[in-house]
Amino acid sequence: MSAEATTNLPRRVNYLNVDHGVKSWLLTKDHKRIAILYLVSISFFFAIGGLMASLIRLELATPAGDLVQADVYNRLFTAHGVIMIFLFLIPSIPAVLGNFLIPIMIGAKDLAFPKLNLASWYVYNLGAALMMWALLRGGADTGWTFYTPYSSMYANSEVILTALGAFIVGFSSIMTGLNFIVTIHRMRAPGLTWFRLPLFVWAHYATSLIQVLGTPVVAIAILLVAAERLLHIGIFDPAVGGDPVLFQHLFWFYSHPAVYIMILPSMGVMSELVTAFSRKRIFGYRFVAFSSLAIAVLGFLVWGHHLFVSSQSILAGVIFSVLTMLVAVPSAVKVFNWTATLYKGSISWETPMLYAIGYVGLFVIGGLTGTMLATLGFDIHVHDTYFVVAHFHYIMVGGAVMGYLGGLHFWWPKITGRLYPAFWSKISALLIFVGFNLTFFPQFVVGYLGMPRRYHAYPEEFQVLNVLSSAGATVLAVGYILPTIYFIWSMRYGERAGANPWGAYGLEWQIPSPPPTHNFEEKPVVTTEAYDYYTLKEKRVA
Amino acid sequence: MTEHITSVRTYLLVFIALMILTAVTVLVAFQDFGAWNDVVALTIAVIKASLVVLFFMHIYHSTRLSKLVVVSGLVWLVILIGLTLSDYLSRGLVGLASS
Amino acid sequence: MQAESSRAWGLAHHFDNFEQQREASYLGMWVFLVTEIMFFGGLFTAYVVYRSANARAFALGSKELDITLGAFNTAVLIGSSLTMALAVWAAQQGKRKQIALFLVLTILLGGVFLGVKVVEYRAKIDHHLLPGPDFHFPVTEVDEILGVQEGNVEMFFNLYFAMTGLHALHMIIGIGVLLVMVVLALRGSFSRKNHNLVECMGLYWHFVDIVWIFLFPLLYLLGRNI
Repeated sequence: MSAEATTNLPRRVNYLNVDHGVKSWLLTKDHKRIAILYLVSISFFFAIGGLMASLIRLELATPAGDLVQADVYNRLFTAHGVIMIFLFLIPSIPAVLGNFLIPIMIGAKDLAFPKLNLASWYVYNLGAALMMWALLRGGADTGWTFYTPYSSMYANSEVILTALGAFIVGFSSIMTGLNFIVTIHRMRAPGLTWFRLPLFVWAHYATSLIQVLGTPVVAIAILLVAAERLLHIGIFDPAVGGDPVLFQHLFWFYSHPAVYIMILPSMGVMSELVTAFSRKRIFGYRFVAFSSLAIAVLGFLVWGHHLFVSSQSILAGVIFSVLTMLVAVPSAVKVFNWTATLYKGSISWETPMLYAIGYVGLFVIGGLTGTMLATLGFDIHVHDTYFVVAHFHYIMVGGAVMGYLGGLHFWWPKITGRLYPAFWSKISALLIFVGFNLTFFPQFVVGYLGMPRRYHAYPEEFQVLNVLSSAGATVLAVGYILPTIYFIWSMRYGERAGANPWGAYGLEWQIPSPPPTHNFEEKPVVTTEAYDYYTLKEKRVA
Repeated sequence: MTEHITSVRTYLLVFIALMILTAVTVLVAFQDFGAWNDVVALTIAVIKASLVVLFFMHIYHSTRLSKLVVVSGLVWLVILIGLTLSDYLSRGLVGLASS
Repeated sequence: MQAESSRAWGLAHHFDNFEQQREASYLGMWVFLVTEIMFFGGLFTAYVVYRSANARAFALGSKELDITLGAFNTAVLIGSSLTMALAVWAAQQGKRKQIALFLVLTILLGGVFLGVKVVEYRAKIDHHLLPGPDFHFPVTEVDEILGVQEGNVEMFFNLYFAMTGLHALHMIIGIGVLLVMVVLALRGSFSRKNHNLVECMGLYWHFVDIVWIFLFPLLYLLGRNI
């Protein structure tokens, strides 16, 4: 199947052209089509969340609160947080790239539960619709964390609708995670043992564990806030001996591991990119694989570091501080192993590799500032300042979004069968890297100097750094708009990609682009380790 | 793995054991063992739940993977309750130097 | 690869055989039950935290509950677990009529449980024990000296209604699914090879039983000795 010569041949039937019409998409059970549906949905919400971010940066360009009122500003950053976290970051890589690739990478025809997979997309959109409705009615002003007692007793904004939206979207996340776990356990091709799996699959397995174990807890916490507002069942109400801090415990039991739901899949993408563009086996396969599981497990033991200044006991603070430091170990294992993989590799600077290299730098900064914040004394100094904001954006944008975009650029030819313009994609990768650092690095400084987060006005001495940040956000916005344009352009005008445009190793590159509906003509039998580039090269020479 | 079919006899025996344990836990609840009341009541509940999981839910004859899933569910529940209690039970134990 | 037409009825296209399909749905159900453990886990955490601070108030609240009805309901639910287990047993041997019979028995016992629950809820509402503006619980002077406030007892009832309410909701959903399954069983949809739905539903029903096995001592029994 030499796919390079397909241009002049009659069109091969693939998952995209096998069926036409809106109905064939809305009722599809094909994991690849559902991935596309998710791609459309999350791109839409990324744009809305981005719009909120632009308004926030615009307001902060001047010290005075002149563009929006304080109350509107509260609603803006709440909407930005809720949309970006629940509607973009959490589903992004798993629901799009994971959905598309996991069955192919393990040699299966589909996920274990295709109907559940489609249902998860509908559930996601139902929850998203509730949130959008809430937004149109004025939105919530609690911050994405819905802290009690403000959310349960005082806020007079659309808390219930927004919270129920998050509650419902949570179920779609659980459905995806459950589907992945069962698929990876039960649907692997003959010969594909656990230690032959691509690390992308390991990372998604670890992510799914968090989705399944954590999400229900935040679901019940959010439900209890809604119950307190609606039915006066005041579980967190101090008037009946309730403790608002208990909400924070339940909330962060999920929401800290949720950060790893965002970052782990992007780490999986990284392992694929680094090996593919160094033409080398990953350094220390088992360490990278197990570090994903270690991050997933340790991630559940650290949530109390969000409660250092919330009247949590000092002893618990110390325990959580120490446990948090431990997460740095598996994270560092990954970074060291990626860099070791680069060593003596034959590196090519394709666009996905640019994202991968950028990722390593940004993730190291995000991770190291994370260990700084895990230190009790330091956290009390910078708690609720822009230092924290900068830290988690380095992880979530510098890590998760860079990984997502890198992966999207890597597998776009597989998904659509077309290549995108290399020049423009490199420009946009550069713009995103520069724009991102310009936006968020000044926030470390301004936060350390004492500027608190979540205010629409600030003292004049912070203006220079804030203007830098707003300017960076503009560059970043251009960097995000460019791919949108050339991706859409490439779907019609892009050069045909062929089965394996990068010369990469893995089952997904052995089938045509775009893949046929059932992925494989014949059930594949796997006989080699992952990333076996050495054998691949020998075969080529022969 | 071929499916293991539990006999009706086993189901009935488990049912009878569960009924006896229910009666015991109600009767014991009125006795005063001080702080041990909680322990006794929860121990009986754990035994009852284990019987249901092992025999009604077939975990006794199930794969290692199924057993692992059940255990991990319990371990995570312990993490949730345990680490939360590490805060509540130690409040005021260690004070700030200034207060 | 098997041709589509020669595939056995009830085997989805992406599975190789019934065994793979069965193991996938079995594992999927267990993973779902783990999410349920964590879902109820949030409420159990709240219970443990608040009871650790207000044990006496919780005991006073507990004494307001009807231990006879609670114990009766425990027995009813365990009985329904037995009939559910027998329905699975019948399905494993492809005995259609017996599947339907045991499912109907399970539904009836589940209905009895919910009926008793309604009686209990009504009594609590009549005694002003429903949390909210109407809540009223007279705290004696002795108890007040021991640190009990009316609000602490209200917290017990917050948790009582939240926990038993969520449990009852799970039973209502379960009974709905069971009703559909009775129809499927009578139509002959379950065979010796393909009865995943009965088996998975069994797991769900037993899980709901287990939640009650813990709710009963926590809400009805602890503190009876005071």
